[in-house]
Amino acid sequence: MREIFVANTDEIEDRERVVIVDGSLEIGVFRLGDDFFAWENNCPHSGGPICQGRIMNRVIENLDENKKSHGFLYVDEDVHIICPWHGFEFNIRTGVHPGDSQAKLNGFDVLVRNGGVYVEIE
Amino acid sequence: MDESGQKKKSLDIINARTDSRDILSHARQQANARDFDDVFIVDIDSHIDDISAWPEIMDFIEDPVIRDAAGSFSGGTKRGAFHNGTPGLQWQNVWGRIPHGQGLKEDVDDKTIPREVTLSRRAMDQMGLDYQVVFPNALLYIGMHPVKEMEIHLAKAYNRWLVEHVLPVDQRVKGLLYLPINSPEAAEETVRKYAGAPGVAGFTITSSRHAPIHSNQYMKLYAMLEEADQALAFHAAPNWEDEYPSQLNRFISVHALTFVLCNLVHLTNWVINGLPERFPKLRTLWIESGLAWLAFITQRLDNEYLMRSSEAPLLKRLPSEYISEMFFTTQPMERTNMNLLEATMDAVNAPTQLVYASDWPHWDFDLPSSVWDLPFLDESAKRNILGYNAANLFNLEVPEKYQKRAHAAE
Repeated sequence: MREIFVANTDEIEDRERVVIVDGSLEIGVFRLGDDFFAWENNCPHSGGPICQGRIMNRVIENLDENKKSHGFLYVDEDVHIICPWHGFEFNIRTGVHPGDSQAKLNGFDVLVRNGGVYVEIE
Repeated sequence: MDESGQKKKSLDIINARTDSRDILSHARQQANARDFDDVFIVDIDSHIDDISAWPEIMDFIEDPVIRDAAGSFSGGTKRGAFHNGTPGLQWQNVWGRIPHGQGLKEDVDDKTIPREVTLSRRAMDQMGLDYQVVFPNALLYIGMHPVKEMEIHLAKAYNRWLVEHVLPVDQRVKGLLYLPINSPEAAEETVRKYAGAPGVAGFTITSSRHAPIHSNQYMKLYAMLEEADQALAFHAAPNWEDEYPSQLNRFISVHALTFVLCNLVHLTNWVINGLPERFPKLRTLWIESGLAWLAFITQRLDNEYLMRSSEAPLLKRLPSEYISEMFFTTQPMERTNMNLLEATMDAVNAPTQLVYASDWPHWDFDLPSSVWDLPFLDESAKRNILGYNAANLFNLEVPEKYQKRAHAAE
């Protein structure tokens, strides 16, 4: 196990990410508020550069109490990273696809220490 | 910083203007990991870029009045002139989620060769391809153009532009020329003019059209193709205007159904009307309907044919037997259920009848790894699907380095 320095905390803006390269390994480190999350830059669908895609809120169907649809809504608290190759979306906090719990990103532990963000890799 | 105190290299966010070599950097990694430079790979369907070239293509229109009229579009730029595209083409990028889904907007510095060739080379190099067939987005819909003769004007211009301007630049780029079958005579002229021309791999009928392909008016065309030993491809496209699809409210639904529906109709007409018996040497290829529909149509037609064979008297075998002798592209390969995919591939003789297609840069493109990583195919079948089946189908020359490899294996 070793630590890799990614960036200072103030170098990663809220709802943004830094994608670093360590040898053949690419890791995206995301910031949501004061929390940081690290995922491998490799989409489980077909190997796309998932962490280099757009960050967008989850979309839900806007149903009323009578089950009638009124279109779409964004969910501010569910922030997704979207693979730029084919559009697979994953919750940045959990790394899980919204419609398939078996589709998951490969994650790494993140350490925040003395104003620096680090990831732990094998 | 790493252990040496150096800050790590970082990667940029991918947007609509990102260089496709960067978008596809992981494709290159996959190619390296699988040694694709030692695998003969033909991509028989890509849609690299005709948006920026469209004004240039308009200059190849023969009719002086129509050619002049093209200049009246888009503030005189000719961009999008005469297009009759449905909303589907503009919705490919999933509302901005897939940047390249609206076409490749990257910079190309080398102005000495067509931009399409440069973009094709970038894709081929990253994916590990030996040949790539390019086909224009805009032509996918013109079979439904309200001005019937517009199909002929645009097809003639595109075919000439491709043959004269693009294909001579790089022998790895190939074309499946557009047949404007709203006029059988114009389609026949296209075959007469271009069959065997350098870089021309075969001919395409776009499937989004209301033209029964078994109609007697097309028999001469098919006879010419068979005689000239040219493959005939049917390329699917979305359709949101027909009565049934018009009930669909989301593009996911339109894409899932209508890319299959058009080819279901044409393939059914092709088989039930006995075209494989009439033209037994004419090789047909069905493009971009995926594979799952084949499990349905082979079973459905066999089941019904056995009860109603008098309505298909030209058939001497089960419909599925004719279908299993046709060619199909792999893309977009439905691979969420490997058992169903394996059964489907078995039903259509995948090792000899499937050909790889990327559909790059569309949102549902497939890389060669989509075939190479399948757990149930042996390596020989994978190599056939990725390249050798296409070489047989289109009479493509297999590069010498692979021929040496084949001899070594013997």
